[in-house]
Amino acid sequence: MSEAARLEHEPAAGLEPPLGLLAELTHRCPLQCPYCSNPLSLERVNAELSTEAWSDVLAQAAELGVLQLHLSGGEPTVRRDLAQIVAQAARVGLYTNLITAGVLLTRERLEDLVANGLDHVQISIQDSNPGNADRIAQYAGGHGKKLEVARWAKDLNLPLTLNAPIHRQNIDSLPGIIELALLLGAQRLEVAHVQYYGWALQNRQALMPTRAQVLASAERVAEARARLKGVLVIDFVVPDYYARRPKPCMGGWGRGIITITPSGKVLPCHAAQTIEGLHFENVRERSLPEIWQHSQAFTAFRGTDWMREPCRSCEFRELDWGGCRCQALAFTGAAANADPACEKSPHHAAFTEVAHRESQAPPEAFAFRRPSPPPGAR
Amino acid sequence: MSKVSDPQRALIAATSVPSLPRHVKLRHDAARNRWTILAPERVLTPDAIALDILRLCDGKRSVEEIADALVDQYAAPKERILSDVTNLLQDLADKGVITA
Repeated sequence: MSEAARLEHEPAAGLEPPLGLLAELTHRCPLQCPYCSNPLSLERVNAELSTEAWSDVLAQAAELGVLQLHLSGGEPTVRRDLAQIVAQAARVGLYTNLITAGVLLTRERLEDLVANGLDHVQISIQDSNPGNADRIAQYAGGHGKKLEVARWAKDLNLPLTLNAPIHRQNIDSLPGIIELALLLGAQRLEVAHVQYYGWALQNRQALMPTRAQVLASAERVAEARARLKGVLVIDFVVPDYYARRPKPCMGGWGRGIITITPSGKVLPCHAAQTIEGLHFENVRERSLPEIWQHSQAFTAFRGTDWMREPCRSCEFRELDWGGCRCQALAFTGAAANADPACEKSPHHAAFTEVAHRESQAPPEAFAFRRPSPPPGAR
Repeated sequence: MSKVSDPQRALIAATSVPSLPRHVKLRHDAARNRWTILAPERVLTPDAIALDILRLCDGKRSVEEIADALVDQYAAPKERILSDVTNLLQDLADKGVITA
């Protein structure tokens, strides 16, 4: 997830409480998308937190100051206790957003979630072309089922966001994806260029669009935003590899968002476990406020003290917070380096060159997301 | 796929009757001691004027009636207030925060 919460005010001095909690309820998922944001090493069902543990965590989160809860996975509807978790979120006053592939839902179950207080649903689509969508997700009939769930959401007056991860193997469908969002009555569409961590990094060559494709997609989004003002809100996430400045990843490390894994590990970002030397605490062992304020994983890259040059003296250091630590590590070998997406990084030219080279060659076969790491996993 | 033509942008006029849709919540944020608007993937912090206007968006009052209610409080000509209220509500409608 790229923009879990958007803060439209000046950040106060000192540590503010987190706005958003991304709850990965499970890593189980019937789909096998090759850009999945889950870690390469997926957590097992017997390690998952209980309903009671989640209830306690949600109460702590609300008390801490979390406003929005994103129920994600894996596929969160795999959990049979999802309605209980939604009910607890509503009870403690969290705004609840269900991030789902939809393929396991029935209309009755969706009605039950709404009755228990679900505020919003986000359904992912892989393409507007059903055949290609089902190929990317490796789930026959999945696309058709998603459209059905989207129509139920509309019937139930449940607000809908369509999330479309974009890459070279579906980017030409962007006009169709925008039309599909309109057809389904979505209020929001996320046109989210794939971010290259975890599974997507494994599959980068097969996913990376060309610069020309990315620029064309930005133009299509700009045109659609103008045409559909007041009808459809379109959020657009550009791929880092063609950027000049890094994104303020997670709104800054340990500043606004908490991720909790299925087993209860508390992370500053869902990909943070790729960074060696960080110690992740568990909600089974320590309270959420204590972890947020004091745990080593959260304090390691919070603020600006950890920064090296060119970040340390950069005028943008409190705007982009040095970009993404996971990407800095994966590409430059050190998490404290500047994100190579930044043109001030000495690694930026090589970073751009990788995207150029990989996007020009014919795509390799996908390594689909499966419960054990593929051969050659980094 | 067939082209879709029916969804229309809500244009805010003096006679429009604005309200917050079910999925948008105006809520007091105790941890930060301020009011907040919760919407899908958005947390907005309204300023004092926006908050006064949003509290009057009850699905009963028209934009003109909202402006009337604010005339005393803001000691400004009604035309000016109506214009400011309309502009603010149009912006919020385009962001999906209100319907009318």
